[in-house]
Amino acid sequence: MSFDVDIAKTVSSGKRHFHLRVKFQSTARRTAIYGPSGAGKSLTLQALAGLLTPDTGRIAFDGKLLFDRDSKVDVPARERRFGYLFQDYALFPHLNVRQNIAFGLTAGLRNPSAQVGGEAVDRWLRTFELTNVAAQHPSELSGGQRQRTALARALVNSPRALLLDEPFSALDSELRDRMRSELDDLLQRIDIPMLMITHDKDDLARFGEATLYLRDGLISERPAPSLLRASPSSLHAV
Amino acid sequence: MDSAWIPLALSLKVAGWSTAINLVLGVAVGLLLARRRFIGREFIDAVLTLPMVLPPTVLGYYLLVLIGKRGPIGAWLYDTFGVNLIFTWQGAVIAATLVAFPLVLKAARAAFENVDPQLEKAARVLGLNEWSVFFRVTLPMAWRGILAGVLLAFARALGEFGATLMVAGSIPGRTQTLSVAVYEAVQAGQDSVANVLVLITSITCIVVLLSAGRLVPGRVAQ
Repeated sequence: MSFDVDIAKTVSSGKRHFHLRVKFQSTARRTAIYGPSGAGKSLTLQALAGLLTPDTGRIAFDGKLLFDRDSKVDVPARERRFGYLFQDYALFPHLNVRQNIAFGLTAGLRNPSAQVGGEAVDRWLRTFELTNVAAQHPSELSGGQRQRTALARALVNSPRALLLDEPFSALDSELRDRMRSELDDLLQRIDIPMLMITHDKDDLARFGEATLYLRDGLISERPAPSLLRASPSSLHAV
Repeated sequence: MDSAWIPLALSLKVAGWSTAINLVLGVAVGLLLARRRFIGREFIDAVLTLPMVLPPTVLGYYLLVLIGKRGPIGAWLYDTFGVNLIFTWQGAVIAATLVAFPLVLKAARAAFENVDPQLEKAARVLGLNEWSVFFRVTLPMAWRGILAGVLLAFARALGEFGATLMVAGSIPGRTQTLSVAVYEAVQAGQDSVANVLVLITSITCIVVLLSAGRLVPGRVAQ
């Protein structure tokens, strides 16, 4: 996979303005963007997925232009075919696990039925050991099951790449380690490129084949000196 | 007791039509106010909420000015289609629609604002266009709140009196709704008729309110 990104975006909230200026190229199978909260990580990921329109610049993936302000290209999110794992998973609370996973298989006006089947749905239910909870709603699931459901939902359409927004931050530390290995195994098995944003250094060892550092809206290939000194826990307050 | 059932049927017809119109308009405008940022948004919300606080007679007067034969809308309707709305049941529908509209609007806007935009983003990434996002995520998450408002609007339309009387008058069998019939019965000293009408109105409204109350605490699993 190759990302070629060069975008700028200003986000205003009241009198505060946040300037995002992100420029990077990555050909790694696993790329991690590391930075403290409020550095602009989520904005960057949303821009890649087409959920946020940059003010200027361009985004290309595998040589195909997804966004280019100058030539007025803006491929809508629904056509970019990225799997997106939201930080809090954003599972549909009104649908059961089976329906959540099958959600992206049909683009029509109606949700899949509660008993929706099909080879892909059943395979992902098995892969993530969700068959027993297939009829349950997200509120009835454990943290790990929620994440697996969200991953299955993102993968069922065979996306071109997986975009992960702080995938382990919603989990307690024990579960976090387990889900990390699970995701690691999965990525090796299905061989899908991924880009992850995280503020957890432990993610970098496993998923940061290439690591980029984001701070105050600016990206660099080396960590800022303060980032090297700071422990991850002190970064939360930034 | 035929004299009681005819105004009831008319009231149900008027309230039904006005509720159907308000459902479509209220959902559309509620979604617009909840999701779009534009100048004058809160002003529009305030103007559209006016019917809730203005005296119905004032609304009735506005309507007469607008859709009366010499009003800008009324004159156009008469010249173009030969349609006259004053003293018709359709005029009563317009009066009831206007008076009950804020109840749907407020409920719809609040319900849409409660839908997590993250869920809509998730649906977009999964390949859905905006119509599908609305019907598969936004509306299913918001419909309980909207329906509660719609039922209240139905009850309000059923009880509409002031604006209806001014716009549609009180023609028995044609524009005399339940609430207007109660007034006429009391004025004419027909207490037994009034008793029946009042009882029917009260029971209908209690049923509607009970249904609305069951829907208000959103029991959608979060």
